[in-house]
Amino acid sequence: MSEFFNAFTSANMGYLLGGLGITVGVSAISVVLSLLFGSIVGIIQFEKIPFFSSFVGTLNNIVRNLPLLLIIFFTYFALPQLGIHLPIFWATVAAMTFFESAMLAEIVRGGLEAVDRGQFEGARANGLSNMQTMWHIVLPQAYKKMIPPIISQLISLVKDTSLASGIVLAEMTYRGQIVYAQNTNYIIPVLVVLTVVYFLLNYGLSLIAKWFDKKLA
Amino acid sequence: MSLFEQNFSVFLQGFGHTLLASIFALVGSLILGTIFAIMQVTNSRTARSIGNIYVQVFRNIPLLIITLFFYLAVAKVIKMTGFTAGTIALTLYTSAFIAESVRAGILSIEAGQMEGARANGLTFGQAMRVIILPQAFKVAIPSLGNQFINLVKNSSILAFVGGLDLMYQGNIVAANSFDTFTTYIIIGLFYLVITLPLSYYIQHLEHKLKKNA
Repeated sequence: MSEFFNAFTSANMGYLLGGLGITVGVSAISVVLSLLFGSIVGIIQFEKIPFFSSFVGTLNNIVRNLPLLLIIFFTYFALPQLGIHLPIFWATVAAMTFFESAMLAEIVRGGLEAVDRGQFEGARANGLSNMQTMWHIVLPQAYKKMIPPIISQLISLVKDTSLASGIVLAEMTYRGQIVYAQNTNYIIPVLVVLTVVYFLLNYGLSLIAKWFDKKLA
Repeated sequence: MSLFEQNFSVFLQGFGHTLLASIFALVGSLILGTIFAIMQVTNSRTARSIGNIYVQVFRNIPLLIITLFFYLAVAKVIKMTGFTAGTIALTLYTSAFIAESVRAGILSIEAGQMEGARANGLTFGQAMRVIILPQAFKVAIPSLGNQFINLVKNSSILAFVGGLDLMYQGNIVAANSFDTFTTYIIIGLFYLVITLPLSYYIQHLEHKLKKNA
């Protein structure tokens, strides 16, 4: 049992929790970028532009149906074959953004479809252009409803950053592997710490989502 | 194309393991998920708390951590392969999401159904099994289908623990052939063979449900 507590040195824990910064950094940058790209893709799908929208929709379906781990490996190991070299951190951000944009596009499209048709008609009848209607009237209403699912997606993102340990990004899970590589008795303590930290982070986010859900209902 | 032909048996072996892990985990997580969903809607405070804690914990930690726990810690006590450890982790992780889908399905059935069944002399268990669950599953099918797609994609976690799945075999082929690009494209196509038809079928079902509603 004393072996269990030996793992909790300040050096080990400091190193482990230092990875939390990278985990949060990757997640935060990726969610902001995916929100941007996901909105563009979602609006394109919603607008039903002949040929183009269904083409984008099909691409979106393909991306959403691939494992994120494959996309991460592809970005880091296969893109260099095409002459695109990304540092590990940005390769992870690029892979996450690519995948999450497709996920968020679905949420944006769903959110737009949930806005009452009368809102479009009313805005157009009052002389707003298509763009103005989207920007001033429809999107603000749609985004409000989308907050809880977007936070759920952020929770997936935080969990999925652990996959980047596969390409040796020094986020929290990878650092955990380094710590227990010193001594196999550290495996359980490290996994316990990782579980607690991920849980607190994600459960906190899920409480925020729930709060918004209640407020918006 | 020659890369595909040369390594066909390796890819096929990976495809088989991915399919096998997904099916095992699907059956296991459907059973576990349903049990935890029922626990969450019973009158017993203890059962509700256990159900809630289970779902919250497994939904909020990465699948990789659960997989490593079974592969590195549990496997020391009970001997198991990476494939087994990964499949167990996949089952536990997915069951938390399935519990949520089933619970939402149960809650969507009006309370009168349960009250009526109980008034007619059925026990809680009987009412659940014969009256509530069949209706709840019908409502939950699209959401369960999406969980199954996620399960197939998440089975790539087996690559971390030598689980012989598609992703694992793909990494080996990529390392041997040096043609990572082509290998990963082939692996991606294999995954899409499973997930894409499922996803279109679910969209079709959702459409139908919406029309009937």
